[in-house]
Order: sequence, then C-alpha cells, then structure tokens
Amino acid sequence: MAARAIWKGMIRFDGVRVPVKLYSAVEDRSVHFRLLHRKDLAPVRQALVNPQTDQVVPFEETGRAYITEAGDRVLLDQAELEALEPQPSRDIEILGFLPHQAIDHRWYDRPYYLGPDGESAEYFALADALEAMAVEGLARWVMRNKAYVGALQIYQGYPMLISLHHAEEVIPVEALEPPQGPPLDQRELGLARQLIEMLEAEFQPQAYRDEYRNRVLEMLSAKARGKRVKTRAPRQRERDEDVGHALEASLRQARKSA
Amino acid sequence: MGRDDDEQLADEEQPHAFWSGIIAFGLVSLPVSLFPAHRGHLPLKMVDASGTPLKRQFFCGKENRPLERDELVRGYELEKERYVVVEDEELEALEPEKSREIDLKRFVPLAAINPIYFERAYFLVPDGDTTKAYRLLAKSMEDEQKAGIATFVMRGREYLVAIIAEGGILRAETLRFYDELRPPEAIGLPERQPADKKRLQRMRAAIRKSTRKQLDRAQLDDPQTRSLMQRIEKKLKSGKDVLPAPEEPEAAEAESNVIDLMQVLKERLQGRQVQGSRPEPAKKQAGGRLPALRKRSTRELYEQAQKLAIPGRSKMTREELIEAIARAGK
Repeated sequence: MAARAIWKGMIRFDGVRVPVKLYSAVEDRSVHFRLLHRKDLAPVRQALVNPQTDQVVPFEETGRAYITEAGDRVLLDQAELEALEPQPSRDIEILGFLPHQAIDHRWYDRPYYLGPDGESAEYFALADALEAMAVEGLARWVMRNKAYVGALQIYQGYPMLISLHHAEEVIPVEALEPPQGPPLDQRELGLARQLIEMLEAEFQPQAYRDEYRNRVLEMLSAKARGKRVKTRAPRQRERDEDVGHALEASLRQARKSA
Repeated sequence: MGRDDDEQLADEEQPHAFWSGIIAFGLVSLPVSLFPAHRGHLPLKMVDASGTPLKRQFFCGKENRPLERDELVRGYELEKERYVVVEDEELEALEPEKSREIDLKRFVPLAAINPIYFERAYFLVPDGDTTKAYRLLAKSMEDEQKAGIATFVMRGREYLVAIIAEGGILRAETLRFYDELRPPEAIGLPERQPADKKRLQRMRAAIRKSTRKQLDRAQLDDPQTRSLMQRIEKKLKSGKDVLPAPEEPEAAEAESNVIDLMQVLKERLQGRQVQGSRPEPAKKQAGGRLPALRKRSTRELYEQAQKLAIPGRSKMTREELIEAIARAGK
C-alpha cells in the first residue's frame, strides 16, 4: 500500500534541481484518547478564558505576550507574528554537504523519505551520488509556514530528509558540569566494566515490542465487550547497599545465567 | 500512547522532571530524574486584547459550560461518537510491575544503533544523597563506548530507551519501536535504478563543490526566532506594547516562566535542589509544605499522588491533590 506524500519540493544546489515528494518515515501507533465530560460522555472542547472575568476569548481575538524575567509583558499581535513568518517556497536549499554522520543524532527530529516527483533521472543520480560519496547534505526549507533545517542522507537505499532541531532547542552537553565526588575506586570501575561486557549483545530493534500499548488495546477491547477490568496499587522497590558489594553479586549472577 | 488533548491538564512551563525512578544496573540501583534535553521555541503566552494571560478551559460539548478536572474522563472512540471510558487506575494497572525502574540488562555498542531510531533525549540527574553509582556507571559506559538498552513506562507510554554516557553525564534517549519506522517498501517508492552516467558525474561534481568538513552550528539557527527576538527587544527598548509586571506577587509568580531549564540542570547535576523542579516526598510539616506543593505542576502532583497511592486521585482537583499529598506526608 503506497503512502501519501505530505509535501512536494525541489532540491536545489549549484544548478542541480531534483523534484521530490516527502513521506513520513514514522508511523504513529499511539492509542489516542479523547477527553469526555463524565456525565454525558460528550467530547469536551477547549476554549481560552480570561481568568479574571471568566470570559471566553475567541482565538482570532487573542494576542501573544513574551514575559521577561522581571515579569513585564511584551505584546505581539497576530498580524505582526504572521509578518515574521518565513516566505512560502517549494525550494529545499542545500547549504552544503558533509561527511556521512557529521550531523550528530542529537539534532535529529523527524525522518521523511524522499520519492521522485515526476521525472526520476535526477532523483536516482542523487541517490547514487550520496551513497557512493558517503556524504549527507544540510538542507533548509519552509513547510507549512515553518522554517526547517534537515539532513539529506541515504537510508536503506533511498534518499531521506531528517528534520533537525534548531540550535537554540538543544541543550548542549558541553555546557553542563558532570556530577562531582571523591575519585572512583579502580576495582569497582573494573567490576562495572566487566558487568557491561557480560551483558553485551547485538542491537536488535525487532526484539522489542510496545507491550504496554498492546495491553491497553486488549483492555479497551475487553471493556468494549462489557467486561470489567482490574486495577492495582503501584509497588515500591527495595534499595541496595554498598555499590562494590552489589557489583560483585551482580557479576556472580550474570556468570551463572551466562 | 498519547494522552492527546488532556496533555493540557498539566500544562505548566516550569522545567521539571518528566520521570523519577531507579536505574538498575545488576544489583546496583541509582535513583535518577529525567529532564528534557530539548526546550521549545521562544515561549509566548496567549493573551487577550488588554494583555491578560489566558488560561485554557475545557467545556462540555453538549451543555456548553466550563468543566472542572474531576468532571473529565478519558474516552477511546470505538466508532463515531461511541466511546469506551477508561479510568486512570485501569491504565496504571497495565503498567509493568517495576514501572519506576529502567533495568539495564543489555548493553550494545553505541555505534550499532542506527541514528534514525533516536526520538527524544533526556538528561539523567542523580537523586539521593550520593553520586557514586551514577559516576561509576557513566565512566564505565563511556570507557566501553556502550549504550544500555531497556524499556520503561513514562507518562502513559512505553518507551524503548538507550542510556548513553557522554562527558560524565548520562542521557536517556528514547528510541522508536521497530514497527514505528516504515520500511521503504511501505511507502511505495520506485525500485532503485542505476543512474545515467553523465547525470551522475554532474551530480558528483556539484556535490564535491559544496562539500565541507564540519557542521557549522550557526546554520542551525532559526531565522524566525531571531527576528522575533529582535522585535521583542525593540519593543522593550521603546517601551511600546510593554506592560509592567503585575503588582500582586502571587499573580506574577503564576505568570513568570523564567526558571531556565539549563539552570535547573546545572544545579541538579551538582546535587542542588531548585525549588519546584522535582517531585519529592512530602515532609513532616504538612502546613509548611503547601506553598512548595503549589509551585508544582498538576502533572507532578498527580505523579506524586500516584507514588503515594492516594485513592481517588484521578478525580481530584489540583487543590485537592495538594491537600491529599500534604496529608499523606504527615
């Protein structure tokens, strides 16, 4: 079954033009709930209310405020915010190419497959070149009134555009100080490393299922058939003692089950 | 599993722990809290024409009247306008028994995880009175260049997570489940064809021309945020469209959202507490706890109530939650 394209654009750099369609590479499998009024099971709607007067304010009449540290409010109206929106465009501008994975995954947001839009000769040339040269592109485009940056790369043989977080959205780990304390015990460090090695395995993403989601769906279908479902209170976990001691005991256990 | 339109129930801007629990590494357990490693765009508040901040309120679709939290219930739509009603307790009962635990039973080479799996990142900060186990795990994982893989439940959803150590700091990065990533075949993309030689040569030449060695971070700046900030600064300078902070301190407190996530992280990594940044067990003096509890988000209060197994918590208003938690802590 073919997926529906969410957007069309034109990759551009240095005289190259590749018309493409974007397809979401992720599938939302979440269980979605609605909020209902308990009494009549009518879905609720949301409204914006002035907390002082309890008056409902229609969305069109709302403005925005930026609140400073001192608590001052800087008011912005919808028209001026709209004027600050980026100009609509179909261009996916490539700012440059980088060695494959030069863009760290911490910037990654959402992946989109790219498919050809009409003529596919340039599309396949791009796919071949990206693969053969082991590079990825840094792209910029405007989609639905929002400016995006993205990584253009090959995934499972096909061009993919991964939207990235903007710089100000990512907290740089370099700006943080790790927790401090007395020097670590070399023997304990060795034990910890041993335990990690004993627990090492291959990464097998297929091996993990969202079991909780499955249980939720089962419960919903049981309820739909008019069955009652159980509830229970959460449990607490007991705490452990000395770290070195616990590590030794863990290694013993891991060896036994290995 | 999304909680969709009821996310707003606990919509508060204070940077707070998304989850507090235990990382189990063999028999070693380290108490941690998760803080988001991402922050939203420039925060703007919705206001009315006179600049009064607005709050979101739920209305009954039939009766057209505002509803309190305890009048709301979650429904799953079976078919048009036919819902199964689901109580919080019923969902909680489905959580794994050790729902407050990330059990590191498997480690994989960091490089073996295809980056496309990564969804969202959180920093792990140590809770409790010592950082030893935290530092030990971080150091040994970083030395080994390994990531720990586990599943856990947070905010009504099960997550596959990779625990990664970098610069002495542990991060939890949620991973997409295998069935959440579509294979190319599911999209219906055309079969790969070998490219025309001439075209490929031209393409390679064009790529080579614009190839750089490193990412220039400045290229990740958001031009929209920048121009918005410029506009705000201009208004602040001229005083046009600027309303002074309200005089009653309580209102100001409710409005300001300036406790910076970065600041909270810095403090918490050094074992210092920032007020209102973390769900913690209630202390002896119930009366004295009330103001501190009031600073927490409804979500945090609810999670605290969950921990304390306070009966009827899903039907409580915010104020009732505060009182119940204070009572339970006596």
